[in-house]
Parts: sequence; structure tokens; C-alpha cells
Amino acid sequence: MTLNEIRDILQCEVLTEGDDFTLDVQFVVASDGMSEILAFAKSRELMITGLTNIQAVRTADIAGVSAIVFCRGKRPDARVIEFAKKKRIPVLATRMVMFDICAVLYNKGLKGVS
Amino acid sequence: MAAELMRESYAIQGGNFDTAGEVSGEIKTILRDLSIEASSLRRIVVVAFEAEMNVVMYARQGTLTFILSDDEVNLEVRDEGPGIPDLELAFQEGYSTASDEMRELGFGFGMGLPNMRKNSDDLRVETEVGKGTAVFAKIRLDAHD
Repeated sequence: MTLNEIRDILQCEVLTEGDDFTLDVQFVVASDGMSEILAFAKSRELMITGLTNIQAVRTADIAGVSAIVFCRGKRPDARVIEFAKKKRIPVLATRMVMFDICAVLYNKGLKGVS
Repeated sequence: MAAELMRESYAIQGGNFDTAGEVSGEIKTILRDLSIEASSLRRIVVVAFEAEMNVVMYARQGTLTFILSDDEVNLEVRDEGPGIPDLELAFQEGYSTASDEMRELGFGFGMGLPNMRKNSDDLRVETEVGKGTAVFAKIRLDAHD
């Protein structure tokens, strides 16, 4: 599933313009615990989190995820978005809650990492 | 022992959550510039990041030394902090002594040390209560998960 399709299906707002949204994603890591993201991310997953501070973007960078979706209507501040742009990590935000996001993506064939 | 190609030491400031992770981010940039294979790179930076976060969360200050040789990377992280009274317990997944502030930052869920062990080919921890902790991690550079 491409980031473009994920953006549409989750009704996301794109917070970092200029990224490549044709990128294909097959796996998802979803948590508010950054060590959990680090424990399971292998490469290029989609990261879903409700944590919007700078550590979320640092974790995304270290874990090598392909993009971040901030859930349940939470938005990072401008400094965090700038940092994501610098690290070239696409950032999206949706009003959907994490459970619903995971259910929608699972039904579209995406899988978790274990 | 393999010849040392690069050695860099970085200071880590305890309690500064704003800059926490910068050292690991810099190490990632160095490794990427050196075209280090992706799975080894990920392991190295995950270990460095978790170790760096532990220093920021628990210690007054610390240093992270990054040593690159032909076939492995060694990370040495030494801090001046409270030390770990029960190492075996600290390595149990889910065990944590983190504060609410740490948890609000997404850390302190008892996965840091287990993550470091999982991503290292060898991990050694020396600790003294009231003095500090030293972590020695070795990660091989051949592709493996």
C-alpha cells in the first residue's frame, strides 16, 4: 500500500510536504512506547503513535521507519515537524484512534511486526 | 583484535530530554556516510539510542564512545549515576523504575536493556550503586538479524 493510499484511507493531513508518497508500505509498528517501536521495527515500516514530542521523530529516525502517522487528532509542534523534514521522514496526522487505524490497515492487507 | 578505524567520544547530559538522542543521530549519520550495511546500522543505533536515553533519564552525565573496526562496532557508555541495584531484574522485560516524566516521553517501559541485549552480539554491564554504570556493547558488521 502506498503512502498516498494510506493518507486517503486514514483521512490524514500531511504535515511535511515534498516527500515521496508513492513509497510502498507493507508492515506497521504502532505504539506510544518508543522502546516498543525500536524493539519491533526492522526496516521501512509505517509508524503509528500518539506521542508527538521530538523523541517520537528521533525514534522514527533511529528505527528507520518510512513514515509517521500521529493518531487521535494529536499534532506535533512546528519544531518537531521541522526536525522530521530535516530527517526526511514524512509525517501525517489523523483524527482516527490507534485501534481503528490498525483495524483499517490490517483489513487492507498490512501486517504487524513480531 | 581487529584494527581500530575510528574512535569518537561524546558527552551526554543527564536530564536534558530536549537533546536526548542527538549523539545516536550523529552516529547514524557517520555510519550511513560509511555505507555500513542496513541491518548492522540499525542494531548499532538502537543500542546507542537506548543507552543514551538511559543516561539522560537516570544519570547526571555520561560519555558514549563509538569504536569502529573492520568487522565490528563497540559502544562504551559510562555514566555517573545511581547505578543499578539488581541487574538481573533490570534486564527483565517490563521492569522499570522510570518516572512519569520519562513515560510521557515514551520511554521507561522496561524494554531498554532487553532491546540493547537483543541488538548486540555481546553486551556487558558493570554497575556500582551510588557511583554509576558502564555498558559495553559489541555489534558485528556482517549482515544478520
